[in-house]
Amino acid sequence: MNTPKELKYAKSHEWVRFLDDSTALIGVTDYAQDALGDLVFINLPEVGDMVVSGEVFTDVESVKAVSDVYCPVTGQVAEVNEELLDNPALINEDPYGAWLIKVTGITDTEELLDADAYEKRCAEEEG
Amino acid sequence: MKLIFERSRPGVRCGLLPPCDVPKALPAAPLRSCPPRLPEVAEIDISRHYTALAKEAHGVNDGFYPLGSCTMKYNPRINEEMAALPGFTGLHPLQPVETIQGALEVLCMAERLLCEITGMDAMSFQPAAGAQGEFAGLLLIKAYHASRQDTVRKKILVPDAAHGTNPASAAMAGYDVVSIPSNERGCVDLDALRAAAGPDTAGLMLTNPNTVGLFDENILEITNIIHDAGGLCYYDGANLNAVMGIVRPGDMGFDVVHLNLHKTFSTPHGCGGPGAGPVGCRQFLAPFLPGEQAVEQGGGFTLEQSTASIGRVKLFYGNFLVVVRALSYLLSLGREGIPEAAQNAVLNANYLMTLLQDRFDIAFSKGVMHEFVITLEHEKKRTGVTAMDIAKAMLDYGIHPPTMYFPLIVHEALMVEPTETEGRAALDEAARILHEILDRAQSDPAALHSAPQTTCVGRPDEVGAARTPRLRYSFPAAQ
Repeated sequence: MNTPKELKYAKSHEWVRFLDDSTALIGVTDYAQDALGDLVFINLPEVGDMVVSGEVFTDVESVKAVSDVYCPVTGQVAEVNEELLDNPALINEDPYGAWLIKVTGITDTEELLDADAYEKRCAEEEG
Repeated sequence: MKLIFERSRPGVRCGLLPPCDVPKALPAAPLRSCPPRLPEVAEIDISRHYTALAKEAHGVNDGFYPLGSCTMKYNPRINEEMAALPGFTGLHPLQPVETIQGALEVLCMAERLLCEITGMDAMSFQPAAGAQGEFAGLLLIKAYHASRQDTVRKKILVPDAAHGTNPASAAMAGYDVVSIPSNERGCVDLDALRAAAGPDTAGLMLTNPNTVGLFDENILEITNIIHDAGGLCYYDGANLNAVMGIVRPGDMGFDVVHLNLHKTFSTPHGCGGPGAGPVGCRQFLAPFLPGEQAVEQGGGFTLEQSTASIGRVKLFYGNFLVVVRALSYLLSLGREGIPEAAQNAVLNANYLMTLLQDRFDIAFSKGVMHEFVITLEHEKKRTGVTAMDIAKAMLDYGIHPPTMYFPLIVHEALMVEPTETEGRAALDEAARILHEILDRAQSDPAALHSAPQTTCVGRPDEVGAARTPRLRYSFPAAQ
């Protein structure tokens, strides 16, 4: 499992890459893409939408199921990665390159884990 | 096998029509400029085409079909005979009511019997399938709140073990969906439900027994919590087969139900229809029912639509001949047979589970009703063999796989519902086959990754099909 050290992680399997104090890219982790399986469809919010820490901001669909994706931060959507709409497989191929949204004006975050703590948590989930 | 277009030969026709002996009177405007590209085949080509297709399919008449939550029970032939009566098949939906008294009596009789089974007061046969029944049911709930000017109720509570159609139907009806977690016993978490229920609750959608096959032990408490909050309770009838004729959703506190006649009442499932998902309700919701209702009046039958109706959700009276089949089933089994079928469905599921549980992990095995869920999570870790591999291997033994990867709260899930129409020998054989597949999973996992070997299609490219679906036939360029 790939867990880059420079990122922060939410328990619900999203990663956060802070670009500055109030701006970040959000994506889903390697662990999550592996558990979901091959992704075939993704919804993305609109630029300008407000996202709230701990709440669902979009969903992804694999051949197995549709799954909600939670936002680890509160703020406003500044950009969405439109490339994913045509090719959601990018998330499977490169989960840390395939960011979903860029959030600006971040006012709040969920309790975020560092890479070690996140890996430990995934190992616990595996039982 | 060949597609029907590949059987096409120019100039070949099916019918021998006499020459037209009246003047052609069609105006030119609506006529196509070129004929449609239909396959040109003789009747024998069509017969052979569909026979070939049927040979490559697997239905209940071919073998064991334990598709969880789908209730793939046998469809008795007498249902087909009744539905094929010319008095039914020759009807036109716009005939005057005095010429369709028998058909209206069928609707009234089926409504009365199904209301008796569900504890409801009225039922509409308009919805063509379960999901449409759910949607119509939610519109009843919405119409009820609107009629009381109670406009703040925006939320429908749905347990996380629900069928995927439940949240989808609620969203279609314009509601926000709130997911309620299950507790460690596989039932609704009452504290979470209490915390979620409030003045903004429009209603609850619940399947009982639920999708892990359990009858919720707190069902009365659950419906009370919702009613105390001012919401209504919706019963998804997908799993009614476990309890029909024994316990009634109305007595559990539900206000609206939908039934899947094509599951519980032995009408054919299939290939997109026709199904029937009638929606039933208690008296206070009856004025909102969709479309026209058949009613008994002055010794005969007529059709009526209430002014408060939510309107039609389908043309005319739903899939009428499916209702004829369900009525035939109800009358064949009768008051004793209906609960006995439910008891045998539960007995069969528990018998098969008992034959398997020494080697297969069962999620929530205590108090299982008509279906149970196997989890292959440990097998996947030990051998790399997944629920998908086991399901594909079953095809090589002539068994239709169980429902896979559902419910979502169980990982590597196989959801098994044998139904009441399988005998003990069939269940013993299915258990033997599953043990044999598990032996192979442990001794030669690679072989299972490449199953099935004997079917006309191996493993379809599901990812490719979902990402880049080809939905049109490409005609050869020469034509």
